Amino acid sequence: MIGTSRPSTLGSVLILDRATYDGIVAHAKRDHPDEACGVVAGPEGSDRPERLVEMVNAAGSPTFYEFDSTDLLRLYQEMDARDEEPVVVYHSHTATEAYPSRTDIGLAMEPRAHYVLVGTGEHGNNEGPVEFRSYRIVDGAVTEEEITVVDSLSVSPTTPSTRPGAPDAR
Amino acid sequence: MPVEVRIPTILRTYTDDQKSVQASGSSLSALIDDLEANHPGLKDRLIEGGDLRRFVNVYVNDEDVRFLGGLEAPLTDGDQVVVLPAVAGG
Repeated sequence: MIGTSRPSTLGSVLILDRATYDGIVAHAKRDHPDEACGVVAGPEGSDRPERLVEMVNAAGSPTFYEFDSTDLLRLYQEMDARDEEPVVVYHSHTATEAYPSRTDIGLAMEPRAHYVLVGTGEHGNNEGPVEFRSYRIVDGAVTEEEITVVDSLSVSPTTPSTRPGAPDAR
Repeated sequence: MPVEVRIPTILRTYTDDQKSVQASGSSLSALIDDLEANHPGLKDRLIEGGDLRRFVNVYVNDEDVRFLGGLEAPLTDGDQVVVLPAVAGG
């Protein structure tokens, strides 16, 4: 794990189920060379990314992403109605490292979210590994965190049946 | 003339963690001034150089205020205003 100065209220690891992980990777590959973006919603305060919501990149750009304004409202209204929050906010970098850009850091407005970056630069739309990394971005400070991919999220969030490695998670 | 204003997580430090607050004003601009009077600091997070910040979205009754006249968007009793930071980056 990189960094330990994060407030203890934040998880130090992102635990994702395999289907969600695969879904994010597939979305990023499909939209390459444009940036793909979306969220994984989960019950408020649970830190459980349960519901993958692919969003349209209204910027339609290889160097920028932005949720469409109307889609954004609909998404937050839906999460509100379900007592959810964006546990993960993800987007792809299609030519650069999967590390938050200055713009990403400046515009990160969900201090409780895991910011996932997928790098599709190497294989583009094709089969092959991607960079898949997760960060906390709070008040301009970036802290990378571990990712654990599990077959399914455990029923009890306190005892996750984690699987070490997740070899393609980096 | 009360209007319900939904406050996003990141701005709830200005509203004692309240998800929504009441404010009044006959336009969005007046409403924001009223918000500022009760929640100092909030205005600066919404407005820059006399206009709405580029990466802050404000909706009146589910319509983006950019299509309703921006800061001059009219408000009436019972309207609902939602503030949402853009989800965007590079």
